[in-house]
Formats: sequence, C-alpha cells, structure tokens
Amino acid sequence: MTASMPDTYVADDPAGDFPLVQLLTPEGQRVNHAEFAYEGDDDSIRELYRDLFLMRRIDFEAHALQRHGEIGLWAPAQGQEAAQIGSGRALRPQDFAFPTYREHGVALCRGVDPALLLGLFRGVELGGWDPAEHGFALYSIVIGAQTLHATGYAMGLTLDDAVGHNDPERDAAVIAYFGDGATSQGSVNEAFDWAAVFNAPVVFFCQNNQYAISAGTDRQTRGPIAQRAGGFGFRGIRVDGNDVLACHAVTTAAMQKARDGEGPTLIEAYTYRMGAHTTSDDPTRYRDSAEVETWKLKDPIERVKRYLQVQGTPQEFFDTLEAEAEELGKHLRAACKALPEPDLAALFDSVFVDGTPELAEQKAAYIAFRDSLETEGSPA
Amino acid sequence: MTTAKMPLGKGLNAGLRAAMEADEKVLIMGEDVGQLGGVFRITDGLQKDFGESRVIDAPLSENGILGTAIGMTFRGYRPVLEIQFDGFVYPAYDQIVSQVARFHFRSKGTVKMPIVIRIPFGGGIGAVEHHSESPEAQFALTAGLKVVTCSNANDAYWMIQQAIASDDPVVFMEPKRRYWDQGEVDLLSDPFPLHASRVVRDGSDATLIAYGPMVKTCLESADAAAEEGINLEVIDLRTLSPLDLDPVFESVRKTGHAIVIHEAAQTLGLGAEISARITEKCFYNLEAPVIRVTGYDLPYPPSRIEEEFLPGLDRILDAVDRSLAF
Repeated sequence: MTASMPDTYVADDPAGDFPLVQLLTPEGQRVNHAEFAYEGDDDSIRELYRDLFLMRRIDFEAHALQRHGEIGLWAPAQGQEAAQIGSGRALRPQDFAFPTYREHGVALCRGVDPALLLGLFRGVELGGWDPAEHGFALYSIVIGAQTLHATGYAMGLTLDDAVGHNDPERDAAVIAYFGDGATSQGSVNEAFDWAAVFNAPVVFFCQNNQYAISAGTDRQTRGPIAQRAGGFGFRGIRVDGNDVLACHAVTTAAMQKARDGEGPTLIEAYTYRMGAHTTSDDPTRYRDSAEVETWKLKDPIERVKRYLQVQGTPQEFFDTLEAEAEELGKHLRAACKALPEPDLAALFDSVFVDGTPELAEQKAAYIAFRDSLETEGSPA
Repeated sequence: MTTAKMPLGKGLNAGLRAAMEADEKVLIMGEDVGQLGGVFRITDGLQKDFGESRVIDAPLSENGILGTAIGMTFRGYRPVLEIQFDGFVYPAYDQIVSQVARFHFRSKGTVKMPIVIRIPFGGGIGAVEHHSESPEAQFALTAGLKVVTCSNANDAYWMIQQAIASDDPVVFMEPKRRYWDQGEVDLLSDPFPLHASRVVRDGSDATLIAYGPMVKTCLESADAAAEEGINLEVIDLRTLSPLDLDPVFESVRKTGHAIVIHEAAQTLGLGAEISARITEKCFYNLEAPVIRVTGYDLPYPPSRIEEEFLPGLDRILDAVDRSLAF
C-alpha cells in the first residue's frame, strides 16, 4: 500500500469493519440503535415469529419432498428466515418484490401459496403464480438478472408518479433480492448504477449468506458488500440478517425513503445459509462444521422465541403454531402431488401472445405423432 | 392517397413519432437518443416533443437497457430500445434470450413483453470494427423472439409502428446502409402485415430471396440480368421470425431456381433454414440446388475490403448463372 491510497478506503475483508444494525441479540435481548427501531408491539413480533416458524416448515417439508423424490431439487433457505420475513413484512400491498429462487419466506409474505413454489422444483412449471396479483415476480434463476427488472419497475413507478406524495396508499417502491454471489454480476452493478442515476425507488436487499454454492464471499468481493453502495452514490446499510426486528426496521425505513422519492438503498443482510446451496450440493466439501455450529448459536427463530417467552407469551401460542405448521406440512405434501402435469401440446400456445404458423404446424405434427402412438399402443 | 418522399431513416423517425402519439405508454430508451437524436438521428426531435420521461437517454449499458425495460413492461410500458450498433448488442444478449424471450412462456401468458429492440445492422458504410455485424440469425433462432427487417422507407414507417403495437417482443433489424435511401411513404394506406414476405419484382427464370440491405442489391442485380434477357423474381422476406415462405415456395415452384442472399455468414445463417424449407416444400420443382450468396465465415473484415466480403451484384449474378446452368 502506498501513501497515495485514499484514506476513505475502509476494509479489505468482506466480513470487515462495517457498522451492523442489530435490535435483538442472539440471546433474545432487545437492544437500542441510534437510528433504527422496531415500531411494533409484542403481538406484531408474535406475527413475525409465526411467519419465521412457517417459513422454516416450508423449507423442512420441501426438503423432505425432495428426499422422497416428489421434487427434483430444492433451494433451502434455513438460516435466512429473519432476512426474508423481516424485509417481506416491511412491504405494502402496492410494493413489488423481485426474488431469486430462494425467497420462499418473501413469497409467504406476498400471499403466494407455498405449494406453488414447488412447481418449478417438481419440473411441472417454469413460473407458478401471477406476479401482478401478488406484487411478487417469478423466481429468477439467472443470477442477478432480476435486479435490473426491479430497477426498471422502479423507474416505471417514477414515470407513473407513484412516489413522493406522502400517501401510504399511493406511494410505492420495489425491493430486489439477490445474494452475495450476485454482487459479482454485471447486471447487479448496472442495476446499482441505473437506480442511482434515475433516483429509482428501489431497495437492493442482499442476503449475504456467506456462500455462492461453494465460493465464500471473499471470492466475490474484497470489502463489505454494504460499502459498495457508496461508490454508486447511495447508502448501504449492514443489518444483522438473523435479526428479524432489525431487518424489518431497516427495510421499512429504506422502503419509505424510496416511496418518498429519495432513491435507492442497499441493505446487506449479514446471515448464513445453514443448509446446502440446493439439495444437490454437499457443503461438507467446502466448509467445516465448527463454522456451522457458530451460526447455529445465532439462529434467527430461536432468539425471537426466547424474547417472546421472557415477555410471558403463553405456551398455548407456540402449541397452536406448531399445529398450524403441521397443517401447512400436510397441505404441501398433498398439493405437491396434486400439481398438474405439464402438457407439451399446450406449451406451443404460450410462446407468443400471437402465435406463429411455424408453431401451429409443429404443434399439429406433435399431436398427430402422439396420437399415432396411442392408436398403435405405445410400448410399456 | 397521401404520400411523402423521405429516406428510410426518416421513415423510421416518422413511424416512431406516430407510435408515440398513438399510445402514451410507448417509451424510447437508448444511448444518445435524446438531445442528439441517436447517432443515426433516427430519434431526432422526439425528446424535444415528447419529453425526457418518454425519450430516455440511457447510461452506457446495453444489458441495463434491456433489463430495466423488462421491469417497465411490468408497469404497462411499451419500451422501444435502441441498440446503437449491431456489435454492441451482445452485452444485452442474456437479458434478450434468457429473459425477454421467455417471460410469456414461463408465466403461461400472464406476463407480456411488448418490447421492440431496434438494431442498426449490416455493413457497407466503411465503419470500424463491431459496427457492421449481422447477428439476425442469433435472434431468429431464439424461441420467443420475433425478428423483422425493413428494406425501404414505406416499410420502415409502417413496420416500426406494427412492431411497437405487437404484444410480443420484436427485434427490429434496421439496414443501416440504407438509412439514407429515398422512398415514397404512403402515409394513409392500410399497411402490409408485419409478418409477411412480399414479391418486390416479378420474374420467371430464378428467384432471389433477400431481406434488409440486400433487397436493393438484388433489385439492382435483377435489372442487370434483365439486360441479358434473364428475368429474376425478387422476394423481400421482411419477417425473419416467424418466416413467411409461402410466397417463396410459390415463386420457386414457378422458376425452379432459388438463391438466398444475406450479409451474415453462410454457416447456420438464415439461408440454411430457408434452403432446407424450400427443399422440404418444393423438392420436385427444383431444377438446381438452392444456392446461398452470403458473407463468408469470417469475423467482419477491415472495411477497406468489405465490398469483397459482402454479397454484391457480381456474386449474385454468378450464382444465378450457376443455378441456371445446373
């Protein structure tokens, strides 16, 4: 390092020195922060707890369905419940979320039937829900691509004059989800740039779960991810991604800032992917169990439970929730098997709004061929 | 009948203006499209008249242009995007192929992508590297994209409006070396359908099949051949995906000789697909194999020798002779 290096250089370690917003410690203690506060009461924290608990059950059931061969793949989100529920519950109905393929908790917050999330992984769907109905785009598999869609949507909100009226029913904003690996993609950095240039009402919500499949965050970046926003001309905030109160408070503030017409924010939710990247992955090849054990102590759900118990939440609440989760599990198992099988013939009609003669011809040929097999009796 | 004489580029400009007047959800976005009016002035004057919110000067980021346009469609907008030059479209290729082309399919029709991607394409203007490419086949082979190209001012005026009115994504290839070619634009007539090919010169001896910048070259070739008593039919494909080859089949059944001409390289170019389909549909009518006259399988050459690389009158007439002599 030479003397000419700028003194604004902060850290050369992605885990490095960057202020962390935390409002609930791993031990379940509420702590104050100079700028951010969770505004809700204990009833609302119980609602958040319910979401966290149900999200984990979705993950658990989907994992089991994969092991039973009912779905081909699953992208587990265990460990990231607070980041997703905290941010997802900070959205208003008129807001719009652009997810990756792991935002199962956000989907829950947006009213998407969790069973519909399974279609993509069962191989019967490429989407599964109506984005406009839920304000929740389809899962995006190409890493980072959706951050630009979010930015464009946000530019559209500005064009529609849907920001900056101090009107909670009218003002809207967008949230773009992505991970630490995505920060290496051109699309994400372009989205940061466009959002800044156009002062777009978008919140970039990065769940830094420490791994992009096997590659640690230090393979994606030299400095803290939240620090990067400054270079693009907007604010980056690092939040304890396992603290649902902090994630909710910080996202609420950032979304409101966007709705007020004051532009984008980057939130780095510092968390950990407790499970594998997907059910096809083997994390024991690239990380040691001691690291995982350390993060178990920071579990996003356990700390809320501890807090609620100390506050005198009756056991009946937890028992009722457990029963609700059981019902959700039953629903998922049944609904998964009931998902309709795709029909190749029907797919020819959804390539375009206005179909083409070529597709019509190929569809007719496919159906004729399929019918000829049925007539002749296809081999077993 | 109201007609106006104007160059092809002005036809596009007038068509864009008409589309923006007809539908306030139509937006233009691209690099330097605002005050400058685009490097070819295709968007000249539009920002002045429609404002900065409808004619958006984009950051220098093609991937960003495509990616944000997708988000705008979710708000009901119909973005018309200018890619400054053919060779600069590749940074946006992922968003075009993996996103724009698939949303309608992935969502079973719930999400529409009424995006037009304007790309000035082809060579012949003495440009530096990456300014003379012909990547149309790469879009035409992508399921979920429609691809069209115009060859004259009237088509430029009408086809750009039809592409903008399409609820499907359309890659609109503009023959940049023909931007300055004058033509009559019929401002009132019912337009010819967007996805339809057209016979632009009747003939009986052989069929020349071309699109975009090569249509004019083929018409000139046909004029030259006529002096030698050879009567060539010329078809302007206009639509590259879907292809409309019924007029081609009809012509080839009449002439028995088919020659496909394009600037893009030969291997796996549009000519390969067109040749295959002619063989499928006109097998017993063919009196010679379908011949392709195309750019060579090279990266685009230095511009001082581009006329040797590009199909021209001599190569086309040579192919006609070979076909007729077969």
